[in-house]
Amino acid sequence: MLILHCPCCGVDAEETELHAGGEAHIKRFGPGSDDDQFHDYLFMRENPKGVHFERWQHANGCGKWFHAARCTATLEVFGTYRAQTTEPPKDIRDAITAKRPGWVWREFS
Amino acid sequence: MSEPISALNGARYDGIATIEELGLQGMITLRGDLDEKGLAKAAAAATDQQMPGPRKAHVTDDSGLCWMSPDEVLVLVPYAEVEDKLAGMVKALGNSHALAVNVSDARAVFRVSGTHAREVVAKLAPVDLSDGAFKPGDFRRTRLAQVAAAFWMEEDGAFRIVCFRSVADYVFKLLKVAAQPGSEVGVL
Ligand SMILES: [Zn+2]
Repeated sequence: MLILHCPCCGVDAEETELHAGGEAHIKRFGPGSDDDQFHDYLFMRENPKGVHFERWQHANGCGKWFHAARCTATLEVFGTYRAQTTEPPKDIRDAITAKRPGWVWREFS
Repeated sequence: MSEPISALNGARYDGIATIEELGLQGMITLRGDLDEKGLAKAAAAATDQQMPGPRKAHVTDDSGLCWMSPDEVLVLVPYAEVEDKLAGMVKALGNSHALAVNVSDARAVFRVSGTHAREVVAKLAPVDLSDGAFKPGDFRRTRLAQVAAAFWMEEDGAFRIVCFRSVADYVFKLLKVAAQPGSEVGVL
């Protein structure tokens, strides 16, 4: 059972209250980008065994979106943070480093 | 003019807890910056209640404020007064970036009371309803089985549950099954 702390309302919500929103921090390539960029934006996703960043919505709750950092292998949750950011905040990255030294995910580490 | 009737017209069930569909309840959804003075004042003026903090409800009888999310509060007023209260609130909000809408007829309200009220609700919602975790005045938006719902605990330990009117019958049946005689779990 996955339990995520919703940073918007403060509830520790289990997964049936949540809606998964896919990978986090995807940079949009729209008008003006070339075909390869648009292709990658649409289709290319990380599929890590380990540290991963995702978007979640507290659908059966406050309704807000937020980000979560967790381990796909152990389901350990490193932390959750607000949706209004394009990169994982420092405290989240530090929390991951403490548990998984040397982790790398896309351009973050 | 037609006579408004609540979703289940006051249906009631007595099992290990008492389930009552309460009558019509005035409800206004108010969205905006809850920390903004003007908004908090408008909400307080309509209900004689202070703005509640996260996951709290300030309700007396059928007037009160329930914290729904960082930018939404549910305003409860007597059903007969909802149009007047809404007009007053819209006026008080003035130019604030806020939205107030009468949603009274889109909702149904239940009360679950009795010694096993916690158990009955806990069977249906993924929420820690133990004594220490959920107390009078606490408010929670969640689901009851398969539909969205919100509830808070009253001073006497009863739950007041709000759901969409379109699923009122489903919620009443859920609560009835959860409150069947002999279905005590005995953990709460
Ligand atoms: Zn939430």
